[in-house]
Amino acid sequence: MSDLKALYQEIILDHNRNPRNFKKMEDASCSVDGYNPLCGDHYTIYLKLVNEIITEISFQGSGCAISKASASVMSTVLKGKTRAEAGVWFENFHHLVRGENKNEKSIEEFGKLAAFAGVSEFPARVKCAILPWHTMKNALEEKKETVSTE
Amino acid sequence: MNTLMTIEKQTSIDFPVEETRRDFPILSTSVHDHPLVYLDNAATTQKPQMVLDAIDRYYRAENSNVHRGVHFLSELATKKYEAARGTVRKFLNAGSEREIIFVRGTTDAINLVAATFGRKNVQAGDEVLVTGLEHHSNIVPWQMLCEEKGAKLRVAPINAIGEVLLDEFAGMLSGKIKIAAISHVSNALGTVNPVKQMIQMAHQHGIPVLVDGAQAVPHMRVDVRDLDADFYAFSAHKVFGPTGLGILYGKTRLLGSMPPYQGGGDMIKSVTFEKTIFNDIPYKFEAGTPHIAGAIGLAAAIDYMNHFDGKALQQYEQTLLRSAHEKLAAIQGLRIIGDAREKAGVVSFILKGIHPHDIGTILDQEGIAIRTGHHCAQPVMQKFGIPATARASFAFYNTLNEIDELVNAIHKVKEVFGHV
Repeated sequence: MSDLKALYQEIILDHNRNPRNFKKMEDASCSVDGYNPLCGDHYTIYLKLVNEIITEISFQGSGCAISKASASVMSTVLKGKTRAEAGVWFENFHHLVRGENKNEKSIEEFGKLAAFAGVSEFPARVKCAILPWHTMKNALEEKKETVSTE
Repeated sequence: MNTLMTIEKQTSIDFPVEETRRDFPILSTSVHDHPLVYLDNAATTQKPQMVLDAIDRYYRAENSNVHRGVHFLSELATKKYEAARGTVRKFLNAGSEREIIFVRGTTDAINLVAATFGRKNVQAGDEVLVTGLEHHSNIVPWQMLCEEKGAKLRVAPINAIGEVLLDEFAGMLSGKIKIAAISHVSNALGTVNPVKQMIQMAHQHGIPVLVDGAQAVPHMRVDVRDLDADFYAFSAHKVFGPTGLGILYGKTRLLGSMPPYQGGGDMIKSVTFEKTIFNDIPYKFEAGTPHIAGAIGLAAAIDYMNHFDGKALQQYEQTLLRSAHEKLAAIQGLRIIGDAREKAGVVSFILKGIHPHDIGTILDQEGIAIRTGHHCAQPVMQKFGIPATARASFAFYNTLNEIDELVNAIHKVKEVFGHV
């Protein structure tokens, strides 16, 4: 049970039960679908970027507790961050859930995201935690492309 | 409670499950410090010592290529490979060994029929009929064929308990349909289709029928002649044999009229750069060096299964299934998906507010292996309006005790999620 408690921490269960920013955004700058065909997890991430800052972020979709909580916590963490900061958080989160965070960053610095450290003990679930982040990153990059074409 | 206790008493007398479990080395291993409870038999079954020994013996003492050499080992390997074909023929009660083709698995068998019989007989405007219960391997090959030919894939719908609607099935049968492909037992829900009746109905319209038997052969005696199936496919690894080998049974008349599947050695009589004369069936469909060890392993698995009284075995499995149904249904917030009147080996379920993927992880920590996801049957999931299920699937080496452990672990899942 101890490993399970590390995986299903109270923050994760809470965000799974009551996901934050769980809504469609009509005036999003960009939205991207993320889909894990293996387990059927399916999310849409909506971003609003103003002057390189994520002023709004929301999501919709369905999936397991890990993926849903990951999307929810991510939305609370990234709101107000710049595009560049979001990119850094993406890398940090990746390292955290893959268990590759070799003292580069203390666990306290992760704040709420630290709740996902236990995922690294469950290799089959790493992709659940990462799916919303990948989707968010694609949304960020799609915006970049749009900006560059304009 | 009383009835359950009676069942438990009866089965412990009727079926020697503890003795049987000792035949499967993996069943005495541990997972996450718990004795393994293996309830993912619809995905693949475990292998008895007899099968492991047969494969080991082949590679240690009998290994050679078949149908080629004149030397001792080649003749021995050929003899054993062909004897395996004979064992499979008897297992399915086919009329002739020529009707037994060794392929890579059920998926390969279905692709073979779609690519040969299908390409030859399905033309633009024709139809191929499947059911709403099929898994991807009995959908996609037909979809690809239909796309290539400009034909139409039709789907006989299922009802709310997961049974094919026979009236609808009958209504779809017409001269336009060139082949019907139906599963004997659904992998996602466990529904047993009345295939004999469905074949009769199709034959009245002159439609040949392929039966996907992957989930049926581990649970019941199959007689292809009694069913009058035109094609019957199954995988060795789902009947306690090795992976990488499957069987396609086909009626001689049909196989003889079909073009080859793949070209290569063994499937030819003579080759010149101008012309190749193809071999007779079944070799016409077995290009290249076959999975010899696989065939020998499957034969050992069939020999192993033949040790048991088929009826007692089926009764025992039905007892497991009934017990699982009753005990799972009693859990608050649990909904069983697929409650067909005739089922084999599978209980699919969902828990209110808890995703199947999370159920799978928590059960795994208790040493319990189940499958979670769409079971390669996304259309079935769509029919029930759910993305996935948790699926417990049984074999005769499972025990009533293991079902209790499954139930206890599901209570633990609810505990972790605070749904006590």
